[in-house]
Amino acid sequence: MPDAGAQVLSSHTGAHQIAQPDPSLLHLLWPKYLTARARSLSDERGRGARFAILGFFGLLFWSFIFGVLYRLLAYFRGVEEIGPLLAGKLLGLILIGFFSILLLSNIITALSSFFLAKDLDLLVSGPVDWLKLYGAKLLETVVHSSWMVVLMAIPMFAAYGMVYKGGWWFPFIALAVFLPLLIIPGVIGSALTLILVNVFPARRTRDILSVIAVLAAGGIVLLFRVVRPERFSSPEGFRSLVDFVAVLRAPTSPMLPSEWAQEGIMSWLQYRLDYLPFYLLWTTAAAAIVFGALLHRWLYVKGFSKAQESSERWARGGAMRRFGAFVLRPFSILKRELVLKELRLFFRDTTQWSQLILLGVLVVVYVFNIKYLPLRGEGITMFLRNVVPFLNLVLAGFVLASIAARFIFPGVSLEGRTLWLLRSSPMSMRDLLWSKFWVGTLPLLILAVGIVGVTNYLLDVSEFMFAVSLFTITLMTFAVAGLAIGFGTMFPQFETENAAQIPTSFGGLLFMMSAIAVIGGVVIFEARPVVTYLRARAFGEPHDIGGMIFGFGLAALLCISATVLPIRLALRRLNTIER
Amino acid sequence: MITLKQLTKQYGGFTAVAGIDLEVPRGELFGFLGPNGAGKTTTLRMIAGILRPTSGTVEIGGIDVARDPVSAKMKLGFIPDRPFIYEKLTGAEFLTFVAGLYDQEGPRVEHRARELMALFDLEEWRDELVESYSHGMRQKLIISSAFVHRPEVIVVDEPMVGLDPKAARILKDLFREYTNRGHTIMMSTHTLEVAESMCDRIGIIQAGKIRAHGTMADLRKHATDGATGLEDIFLKLTGENAARELVDVLDA
Repeated sequence: MPDAGAQVLSSHTGAHQIAQPDPSLLHLLWPKYLTARARSLSDERGRGARFAILGFFGLLFWSFIFGVLYRLLAYFRGVEEIGPLLAGKLLGLILIGFFSILLLSNIITALSSFFLAKDLDLLVSGPVDWLKLYGAKLLETVVHSSWMVVLMAIPMFAAYGMVYKGGWWFPFIALAVFLPLLIIPGVIGSALTLILVNVFPARRTRDILSVIAVLAAGGIVLLFRVVRPERFSSPEGFRSLVDFVAVLRAPTSPMLPSEWAQEGIMSWLQYRLDYLPFYLLWTTAAAAIVFGALLHRWLYVKGFSKAQESSERWARGGAMRRFGAFVLRPFSILKRELVLKELRLFFRDTTQWSQLILLGVLVVVYVFNIKYLPLRGEGITMFLRNVVPFLNLVLAGFVLASIAARFIFPGVSLEGRTLWLLRSSPMSMRDLLWSKFWVGTLPLLILAVGIVGVTNYLLDVSEFMFAVSLFTITLMTFAVAGLAIGFGTMFPQFETENAAQIPTSFGGLLFMMSAIAVIGGVVIFEARPVVTYLRARAFGEPHDIGGMIFGFGLAALLCISATVLPIRLALRRLNTIER
Repeated sequence: MITLKQLTKQYGGFTAVAGIDLEVPRGELFGFLGPNGAGKTTTLRMIAGILRPTSGTVEIGGIDVARDPVSAKMKLGFIPDRPFIYEKLTGAEFLTFVAGLYDQEGPRVEHRARELMALFDLEEWRDELVESYSHGMRQKLIISSAFVHRPEVIVVDEPMVGLDPKAARILKDLFREYTNRGHTIMMSTHTLEVAESMCDRIGIIQAGKIRAHGTMADLRKHATDGATGLEDIFLKLTGENAARELVDVLDA
């Protein structure tokens, strides 16, 4: 390096003639590799345990996907004529799903890696060839967007390979098909982002994209629910077998790379190797890279410059202040300001809006499912009609935990960079947690009571079950919020810039596991008194009041402990954080 | 007004601040100088109550920051070296929020916030989100926030970073006027000219220890071989002879 420094200095003085600097693609990627290596070698406390837990759940997840697919494909394999067609269709569906996810993911990731990343100032101002910059950033985008899909694809391909006896060459065939399937959406996604950034400023593009992405995902889920695919499982849905086979034989979307990939894989697995899909995939990937590079050369400099512009937004916030003055009047100035700050930051952050849309979709799908439960008619007893809403509490609790993971869990992490202000002020960390807890819990409680009330109304439950549901969901809400604050503070992600990534951290995983454990515990404690009560009503047996008090008391105790203890631990942890 | 007794901070086996004793009286502007990594920021962040000392005490106006942090911090305003603030608040909202942390609100606070923003040419930006502010504007906003609740002591880490010459001049005048009114400022800076022209006393810190402190006259006496400017004194005391070799490097 000293030699390089001397060369640079002397080149300015014109003392020596040196060759034009031309850092290689590998050189541009070198810092990424060093960062990853430093991260993997860091001797952070509890890292081994963290990896062990993540590894365990990863393996569990893989085994689950593999197991389900293996059974399904084994069943298909036993069905003559239609079996391989169904397996091919299923593969096509999975691959088109992957392709869509990759496309969306690449569009969003390209915005960060090509336009907002911190290393860009250095790279763009340096003597870096445009093609190498494109190559480095494209690779970065593809890796960041695709790793999760790759992890999901491994058990899937394994199941296909094992059921259809793909042999030792099958992993290479799968790789030959899957690599271009990762590259093509990467190039298309990056190109689309490049065009968008040239039209809008980058920060505004990010807002637009996050809303589009969530709307698209929500739309697919909603469509899926409205179509109700479970209806197709009834045999009377098909007019004739010949029609059905004809539909299966026809390619779904012959112009899509996912269809070529499916063709390639299935041709190998059915011992009739067809080279055309492989040619199509690789030539398309190569052509895409060439066109992507040309577009990059044409538009990148202009787009990058435009990406530096801010979105210039003004906010007067008069309504929020009036709300604060009116509703928060009983509280101290400090608490009022903390709550107002939380609300302003939440409503002005468009990434939170997209999460709100997702939440809306989740709730609608959930209520839809409850509405279509076949709980009326013959064979449906009063007992069953009341047990279902009780089990519904588990689902509602899970929905609450997911929402808390998105909105309450990241609260303390998001204070990371501004913690200096709060710590140097005379406020106590208890006040900070207080504001985070209540600003998160109250809307969650309204939502929880709302969805349980509506679903219970749709299920036409008895007054007793209505009361039990509301009592339980209220307690669960506090417990879930307490756990979210607790784990979010004990495992903060101060360096994360994207709030959406915080719930997927190790602490987020622990939070979800503990929330599910508490929800399960509550339902187990309450199961006995509820069943005893319903039996007593159905068969005229005497009520066991002592047993009911004991069961509901235990559930309440569990929820109160899950609310208070994590917050206490969080307070202790927050007081020791030095930033 | 600020009293440090045997103040020590260790990160694992590394000692960032090693037993500092220092007294900064009311009405004084004390400058803290030292090479990068000498322990300036760590010391200031311990005074502000952000970092907890491994041992030793910090007192503000006779109140121990560790024992009674709320009372001690009520007297304090802190300006960090890196202007991280809430991106989605407007400048005016940020100042109101900071005043709220000190239990202050109402027309007087709003008037003062308006005055401070006008002083630093931020008035036109008061209703714009902080995310659209430049680095220098953020720094000005943070400086304003340190004054908005009328603290008795201000602790400043590198105040001039990112400021334009006009804002730097305003800040110098503000600091001077502020100390003339009996308040206390402790600041770290790399700008020796700023320290020389503004500070009543200067402390030079290296490897976590104060090598020398006093007025410019005291420091001149401390540096033995007739160094007169603060730069020479600084380099002499901190042993930064390597800086002199720069010319040799450039000529190589």
